[in-house]
Amino acid sequence: MSFLRPVMLAMVLVPLIVISASAVFIEKKLEDPAQEARARDISGEIRCLVCQNQSILDSNADLAKDLRQIVRERIAFGETDDEVRAFLVARFGDWVLLDPPFKMTTLFLWLGPALIFLLGAFAMLVFLRSRNREVDGEKSIKLSAEEETKINELLNSDEPGKNA
Amino acid sequence: MRFRFLIPVLTFSGIAAVMWYALFNLNPTEIPTELVSKPAPEFALEPVPGYGPGLAQTDLATGKVVLLNVFASWCVACMAEHPFFMELKTQDTVDIYGLNYKDTPEAAAQWLARHGNPYKRTGMDLKGRVGIDFGVYGVPETFIISPDGKILDKIIGPVSRDMFESRILPLLNEAGS
Repeated sequence: MSFLRPVMLAMVLVPLIVISASAVFIEKKLEDPAQEARARDISGEIRCLVCQNQSILDSNADLAKDLRQIVRERIAFGETDDEVRAFLVARFGDWVLLDPPFKMTTLFLWLGPALIFLLGAFAMLVFLRSRNREVDGEKSIKLSAEEETKINELLNSDEPGKNA
Repeated sequence: MRFRFLIPVLTFSGIAAVMWYALFNLNPTEIPTELVSKPAPEFALEPVPGYGPGLAQTDLATGKVVLLNVFASWCVACMAEHPFFMELKTQDTVDIYGLNYKDTPEAAAQWLARHGNPYKRTGMDLKGRVGIDFGVYGVPETFIISPDGKILDKIIGPVSRDMFESRILPLLNEAGS
C-alpha cells in the first residue's frame, strides 16, 4: 500500500500548485510575453499595502489587483522598470518596495545589524581581556616568607598525609 | 566597577522600553503619506448623483484649511467617523470634501441620504485611480489640505474627536492666525 501514498499526495498537491500559480493572473495579461514577464517581476517586488508582507503578485486584495493593472499599463506605455517603481514610490513611499533602497533614511536599517554585531564583538573583547588580566593578576601574587617556608616544609616532608 | 552587575539589567530595560513603546504607540499598518507638503494630485470627478457639483484638484485650494475624506458606502469604519463629521458640519468648524472611493453612484447616494451629507462637494472615484494617485490604501482616510491646495497630513482610519483635536485643530489654528 505504501507505494500509493506518494501518488495520492501528488494527486492532492499537483492541482493545488496549478491553481495557486494561475489564480493570481485571472485578470487580463499583456499580449507581449516579455512585457508580461517584466510586469510579473516588478509586481513580485512591490509590497501589497493591505496585506503588508505579501507582494502584489501574491495578494488577492483589491488594491493589489489595481496595482498589478497599473504596473501592466505603465509597461505597455513603454516605461522602464525603474520608472514604474518610481511611479509607485511617489504615491506610497519606499515602503512599497519589498527590497528597501540604500539611502540616508534607511542607513540604520542596512547597517544596524553590522553595527550591533561590531558592538557585541567589542563588548566580548573587552570582557575577555579584563578576565585574562584578572587571572594573570592572581598568578603574580607573591607568597609571603612564612608561606614560602611552610610550602617547602610540606613539599620536602616524607610523611604522606601529615598536615602542618 | 561595583555596579557592573547592572549592565545586563539596564540593557534589558532598554530593550523592554523600546518594545513597550512600539507595541502600544506605533501602528505598523499605518504608512504615513508620501505627499506631505506636495500639491494634491490632479483629478476631476463627477459628483455622487444629487450631491453638489463634482470635485477637482482646483476645488481643494480654497484659501483655508479643508479636509478631504475618502469614504465608501461599503466601508464599515466610515460609520464610526460619520457622526463626528456631521457635527463638524453643523458647527461649521471646517469644510469637508468627500472622495467616494470604488463605490457605485446608487449605493453612495443612498448612503448619504440615509446617514446625512457632511460634504461640501463630492467626487466619485469609481475605479479607484484617483485614490491611488493620493496613495490611498484603505478606507477611510482623511487628508488635511492647506489653503493653497497642498497636502499637510493624512489620517488613516476613522477620525476621532481626540485625533481631530491633536492633529487637525492645530493646523486649522495655524492657518487662521
